[in-house]
Parts: sequence; structure tokens; C-alpha cells
Amino acid sequence: MSDSYSTTDETTDSEAANSTDTGTEARRPGETLDETTPSIQEIPERETVIEATDLTVHYGDVEALKPVNVRLPEQEVTAIIGPSGCGKSTFLRCINRMNDMVDAARVGGELRYRGTNVYGDEVDPVALRRRIGMVFQKPNPFPKSIYDNVAYGLKIQGYDGDIDARVEESLRNAALWDEVKNQLDSSGLDLSGGQQQRLCIARAIAPDPEVILMDEPASALDPVATAKVEDLIDELAEEYTVIIVTHNMQQAARISDKTAVFLTGGKLVEFGDTNRIFENPENQRVEDYITGKFG
Amino acid sequence: MSDATEGADLSRAGSDIPAGKNLAVRGVFFACALVTVLTTFGIVVVLVDGALGFFREETLFELLASVGAGILAGSPTEALEALRSGLAARVTVTEFLFGTEWSPIIRPRSYGILPLVWGTMIIVVGSALIALPVGTATAIYLSEYADRRVRKVIKPTLEILAGIPTIVYGFFALSFITPLIQRFFPETGTFNAAAGAIVVGIMIIPMVSSLSEDAMSAVPDDLRNAAYGLGATKFEVSTDVVFPASLSGVIASYILAISRAIGETMAVTLAVGMQPNVTLNPLEPAQTMTAYMVQIGISDVSVGSIGYQSLFAVGLLLFAMTLAMNLLSLQIKGRYQEEYQ
Ligand SMILES: Nc1ncnc2c1ncn2[C@@H]1O[C@H](COP(=O)(O)OP(=O)(O)O)[C@@H](O)[C@H]1O
Ligand SMILES: [Mg+2]
Repeated sequence: MSDSYSTTDETTDSEAANSTDTGTEARRPGETLDETTPSIQEIPERETVIEATDLTVHYGDVEALKPVNVRLPEQEVTAIIGPSGCGKSTFLRCINRMNDMVDAARVGGELRYRGTNVYGDEVDPVALRRRIGMVFQKPNPFPKSIYDNVAYGLKIQGYDGDIDARVEESLRNAALWDEVKNQLDSSGLDLSGGQQQRLCIARAIAPDPEVILMDEPASALDPVATAKVEDLIDELAEEYTVIIVTHNMQQAARISDKTAVFLTGGKLVEFGDTNRIFENPENQRVEDYITGKFG
Repeated sequence: MSDATEGADLSRAGSDIPAGKNLAVRGVFFACALVTVLTTFGIVVVLVDGALGFFREETLFELLASVGAGILAGSPTEALEALRSGLAARVTVTEFLFGTEWSPIIRPRSYGILPLVWGTMIIVVGSALIALPVGTATAIYLSEYADRRVRKVIKPTLEILAGIPTIVYGFFALSFITPLIQRFFPETGTFNAAAGAIVVGIMIIPMVSSLSEDAMSAVPDDLRNAAYGLGATKFEVSTDVVFPASLSGVIASYILAISRAIGETMAVTLAVGMQPNVTLNPLEPAQTMTAYMVQIGISDVSVGSIGYQSLFAVGLLLFAMTLAMNLLSLQIKGRYQEEYQ
């Protein structure tokens, strides 16, 4: 399976990638799902942005997500990992209600964004999605110019500032400006796959959302483009809350602060600091998954 | 089974049908395909032949016969003379295309096709004003808004609408639309362009909506998701993303629908009447190119007379117009496919 990686490399990588920011947490006792209270030595726990309470999803009669309970902190990168078909995308799509577009999908339980249940009657999913941007697995620029791609979110959201400046800023933040500044009028489809994905990231951050959801944003890219996108995610985390689905465990270890592991059956099995999860998972199946015994 | 040293037997694809029979089957299929090509070719030849008899003294075949007779008689001068007299002008192309009076049967005769083209154009413009917006909105509704149950009702309804014989539409115009118009504009005649335009408009809505919906459904969901993910409303997704992305397919559907309106015959003959008329007033009767052809077709003008030959000239022009439209639509659609694959 594509998800199996060598065990030793895995842990060394994750240690190296995270030793600077989260190294101190590595040895403290692991959190469990039911107990997400901060430990004493930790730098103050960040505020919760997304909180799922008994969140379930069914497609028709098929249960895709078993009751999920989790709190995702702000301004961190949370990675969602797990074998394919385990409900990672389904969970991600709950957060900005993209599941509304799937006829068969039924969502149960609660998902709170800054304390508001996004499945509440008074919530307009359009308003929600203006706060929570999304980047998809396959780069999907509009068949419009590069400029119009980035400006689109600003236009529909009635941005009244300087659109040109905001477009430039977003492209800079997406590490794409230098490559496209002389061809802003050419089609977004003329870019390479990696550039297209960075364009999509620029498009998502242009309206300045608070949270950015990414569903395997690098899975369609080559290694060089992947590295660029990963660097970018690192930088984005300074300003935004990033929740990223990946089936690449090395990637999760490299770029995330927190990791949520879903396993087959749509069950969130473990959540905690990335270092801890990769070094010392509590759940035997998580350990098996991370060490490449299945997946 | 052959043994390993001889290699596998790949000479026949498992069937016991002899190769000759396969060839025969292929030939039959080819012949069927050829029928359409030959028919198209035949129609063009007949139109050109007859139209030549309108612009010149003799039709193409008459000319070939008389010149051929001269050659067979071994007299080049006779053949040349036959060619000269056969090609003597009856109606000039300039008069036909740019003249403003159409009266090929009743004296004083004149052969300017403008009034007929005008009648056709009134119907085309009027019906397009109805069918393009309504058809496009229907397509957007079906592709972006309607849930499966609603779609299940509307799509077959549109197909039924598309399948109604056009003469029925003509009666519908005469017996329902015209009286309705007369209620608001009592001076409206029994035959009027407005009723024709409306009924043709309704008639071509299914063409616009179903072809446009095909084009819109072909827009990848990725693009919709991108827009929804940015906080676009359904309306914004439809107008900013789906419509532009499907534009070439939508325009191709417009052109085909217009082409259909140009060629529409029975409904406009019944609803609009048979009076060549250059007017902007849609409440007056008019005559389209097709209605004129019906008129000549059922009248007792003698074969070979200028009135009879005019049928072919009008028909050829009509054919040229619809052909141009169809080619344009094909070209636009071709470009569309390049963009998305
Ligand atoms: N639109 C859908 N309709 C029906 N079943 C779906 C749909 N999307 C996903 N599923 C099912 O839900 C489960 C979880 O899918 P998904 O969230 O896409 O998994 P992952 O992203 O982890 O690969 C899978 O079994 C999948 O077949
Ligand atoms: Mg997925």
C-alpha cells in the first residue's frame, strides 16, 4: 500500500521536523480523546476553533464517521491522517459544510466553530465558508486569468479595499508572486500543477479566512512542488489555523503540530501532539498504522 | 491448439464466421452510412440544378442535355449556341439578394427576396428573444438547482415538447396565442408575426435547454466546489463559474436553435400567413422563406416557370443559411472540447 513507510525513517523525520517547536512536549504523557485538557508544562493551550461533539456522518445507510469528539486549536497545523476511505475528507467537509452538496450525506451531532454550531438552523453555510477557506486535492483553478482567480473570493465577499494590492499580497503569501507577476492576465490553467495548487492557496487566503482546510493538497503534485506547498503551509500556520488531510505520514510529521488519526470505519482513534503520536501512540492500531503494518 | 514450438495461433479471432462474411457485414454497414452522404449530396445537386433554372434560362440538367446534344451531333457551334442561350440571364443574383419586392408570380414581377428574409428574421429574432433566456434559465435550473425528483418531471416534459409535430404548434398559435394577443391588441390580424415568433420560441426552448444543460453538466464539480468553498452562493456559482465554463456549448445550442427557427415551416405558415411584408410591426402578417416554399409547393404554377424555379433559389438560400449556422455551431463546440480535455 502506498501508505507504508519505513518505521525508523518515520520517527527520525518527525523528531527532526518538530524538535524545535514541540520538542518539550514529546515526552509528556499522551492525551486521549476524552481528556484534552492541557498538561502543566505546556505553553498555554491555544484556544479552540473547531470543536466536534458526537459528530457523525452517514451516506445513505452507510456510516462514514463514528461519533467524533475533538477540539482543534487555533493557529496551529492539525494533520488528519488515516488509511484511505476512513472518513478524513468526510470530516473535513463537515467543518465548512461542503457535505451539504452531497445529496446522500446526513450529519449528526454538533460541530462548533468558535462556539457556534455550524449545523444550527440560523447558520448560513455561505457565511461560514467565507470564514473557512478550502484547498482541494486536485488543483482546481477557474478557467479565468490568474488575477481573476485570486480576486474572485474578494469580489463575491464584497471586499472594499484595494483588490490589486490584496491579490499581490495573497500571491506573495502563496509563494507564487515572483513566478506569475508578469502574466497575471493569462489563464490559471496555463500554470503547472504545482503552481496551480499554489494559485488555489492564494485564492483561498485572499479573503483572509480564519481557518484553511486542505484535503491532500499535495497528493497530485511532484516532490519538488510538494516541498514548496509544505513550506507554504508552515508559513500559513503563523496566521491561519490549518487543518490538513494527508495520507502521507511523513508529511504529517513534518508539517503538523497536532495529529488526528482516523482508522477504518470512520473512527477517530487518537488525537494529540504530532510528536507524541508518532513516537508513542497509545492505541495499538495507531502504532501499527504509523509503523506501516497496515494502511 | 498449436504447441509451444510453433507459437500461438493468432490467425482468427475465435469466431467461425469466414473472413468474407465479415467483409460483407462491413459493406452493408458502410452502405447504410453512405445513404446519408448521398442524400445530402443529392439534395444539394437538386437545389443547385433548380436554382440555376431561376437565374438562367435552363436548369443544370437541361443545360447539360442541350449542350450534350450539340456535341453528339458533332456540331461545336450548336453546342456553344446551346450553352449561350441556356446561360442567358433570367434573374440576376443582385436583384435576388438585394431587391426589395417579392412577386415572382403576379405581374409586375419582381424577384427581390428581402421581404421573405425579413419575415424569417422577424421570426428568428422574436423566437430567440423568448427561447434563449428561457432555455438558458431552464438549463441552469436543471443542472444547478433542481433535485432529482423535479428533474425527473421536467426533463421528460421538455422531450415531449420537443416531439410535438410542428403543425400542432401552428394550430396552437392560431387557436390560442393569436386570440390571446387580440385581446390586448384588437387590431391584430388572424395571421401575425408575433404569434409565429412566440410559438417557434416555445418550440425551440427544449433544444436550447437540453443542449445547454449537457454543456453545464459537463463542467467539472471541482470548479463548483472551488467557488462554494470561497463562500459563493448558488446563483454566483451558476453565473460566474458554470455559465462561463459552458459558454461555448451554450452558444452552440443557441445557434442550432436559431438554425431550427430559420428552417421552421408548418407553424409559421399557419400562424404568420403568406403575405410578403417588410414591417417592424409584429402584429401584421408576413411570409417567411419556408412559408413561401409551401405556397409554391401546393400551388399550380407550371414546372419550369420562373415561379416554380424560384422555389429552388429560395431553398438554396435557406439551405446555405442553416448550413452556415450548423458549421458555426460545430466549430464553437470543437473549441469547447479542446479547452476541457
Ligand atoms: N459522496 C459519497 N457518497 C457515498 N459514500 C461516500 C461519499 N463520499 C465518501 N463516501 C464513503 O465514505 C467513506 C469515507 O470516505 P472519505 O471521507 O472520502 O475517506 P478518505 O478521505 O479518508 O479517503 C468511504 O467509505 C467512502 O466510500
Ligand atoms: Mg479523501
